[in-house]
Amino acid sequence: MKFKAILLTGRSLKQGIGKELSKVSDKYMESVSICEVHPKDAEELGLKEGDSIRVTTQFGSIVVKCNPSQNIAKSGIIFIPYGPYANMVMGPDTDSTGMPSFKGLSAEVEPAPGERVLNVKELLSQYLRR
Amino acid sequence: MVVIKNIICPICGCLCDDIEATVEDNKITKVKNSCSVSATKFLNYYKERNLSPLIRKNGELKPVSLEEAVDRTAEILMNADFPVIYGFACSGCEAQAVGVELAEEVGGIIDNQTVTCHGPSALGLHDQGMPTCTLGEVRHRADLIVYWGSNFQESHPRHLARYSASSEGRFRKGRKERKLVVIDVRKTPSARLADLFIPVAPGQDYELMLALRMALQYDDIEEESVAGLPVEQVEELAEMMRSCEFGVLFYGLGLTMSRGKARNIDMAVSLVRDLNKWTKFVIMPMRGHYNVTGMNEVTAWQTGYPYAVDLSHGYPWYSPGETTFTDLLRRGECDAALIVASDPLAHFPKNVAQNLCKIPYAVIDPHLSMTALAAEVVMPCAFTGIEAEGSAYRMDTVPLPLRKVVDPPSGINSDEQLVGMILHAIRSKRR
Repeated sequence: MKFKAILLTGRSLKQGIGKELSKVSDKYMESVSICEVHPKDAEELGLKEGDSIRVTTQFGSIVVKCNPSQNIAKSGIIFIPYGPYANMVMGPDTDSTGMPSFKGLSAEVEPAPGERVLNVKELLSQYLRR
Repeated sequence: MVVIKNIICPICGCLCDDIEATVEDNKITKVKNSCSVSATKFLNYYKERNLSPLIRKNGELKPVSLEEAVDRTAEILMNADFPVIYGFACSGCEAQAVGVELAEEVGGIIDNQTVTCHGPSALGLHDQGMPTCTLGEVRHRADLIVYWGSNFQESHPRHLARYSASSEGRFRKGRKERKLVVIDVRKTPSARLADLFIPVAPGQDYELMLALRMALQYDDIEEESVAGLPVEQVEELAEMMRSCEFGVLFYGLGLTMSRGKARNIDMAVSLVRDLNKWTKFVIMPMRGHYNVTGMNEVTAWQTGYPYAVDLSHGYPWYSPGETTFTDLLRRGECDAALIVASDPLAHFPKNVAQNLCKIPYAVIDPHLSMTALAAEVVMPCAFTGIEAEGSAYRMDTVPLPLRKVVDPPSGINSDEQLVGMILHAIRSKRR
């Protein structure tokens, strides 16, 4: 089972606090490896807080932790805080402005039981692949 | 033990100027008046810190002398055809000025984090201007505060209390004398504080602003809904904006990063311009990094342009989309970089950022980051605003002095000093 969603990225307080501890600290990496989903969408997929989910766009795919949240006002919208996990699935085009499209990307969300969130070194190895 | 008052907070564009820190044995042990993000920085700045310059040898970062790290960075930049000097949004204006000088010396690009925050605001400003004011004006006079695409409670936690709806001004005495409207695609903690929350559909901010402009002119909107909202709600919001005495539109990355980007800012400024036919209304971007505004100011003084300036021709050339670091990396056009207090590997899309890993680059940063871990050279620096002095511009372009509260660790220089050393090394080699 999976559902289609509009992916938003943005600031979160935990991300803000985590980055001040260090951009490679556990607290920062935990704060940016979550995905807020509408509680109804989570329920339909049988997802609880902390379950692994896979978010896929035309640009890539990443496993993050599910966070059913009242912040999501409408079903079909998901949110990942700014950071390396969100950027694994963001697109490169800037529409001649310099600004990539960090908000409003089409995505698919599916449960990812047994899959885990990558750590800093594993993420980095993805970037270093030629 | 000493208590230092009126410290300016080096976190976000609010530059709160009332922080109190208790210093014992050259370490901050207590902090007052700060938000949770600021407190985390003031109480943890000395932890998880890399204090040694590093150079990549046989695939691994190894400790080296500062002289060796500076020399290697100078070589990287001198041997490049099209280097980029990027970052500086968390640096003082003095370091930023040396950064521009370095870019000119090596004939490269000088760019900063504006590219992934309010670059579209700069483009909108070029097209439309920006009817704005200081945060003090907002605090004293505004009776209608609109936040559009900004979760200020999490990105700028004290903005509401110090400068806008909950602040106590001369003519507006606090929250009861002001209306707060939040327009966003999520019902964020900020939205929950609003008198009116407008849940705009993702990517349809432009349509909503256009509809508001039509409603202000009493034009018929021949649709039942716009941007996911009933037309009656659009008209109600337009009336609320028209009938205030002093309104302000604070906007965040919800406008600059969403579909439309710079066009959204054109439309937002046009909306505010229209509102000034009826009342007093101003607009202001919610700048994120504490001195990204300063980097725009400094780059503009020195080159005429606020970011993404190409100095390879011997004169400044500015063409966002062409000379922006994201686009240069995407097309694989730059061949070396110096990254100052920034982490593009974590904050650019992977398909862009991975091209950074294909070129030699050096990093100056107080902390290790993903970008530092993949660098050729890493140089630790002091935290400006805690361990080094500097100047910074608040989001309303008011300049303020950042203070040195404690001494940096032994052997750790400011970013201004380090960029200056690289510049000096390059000039010495060229003589």
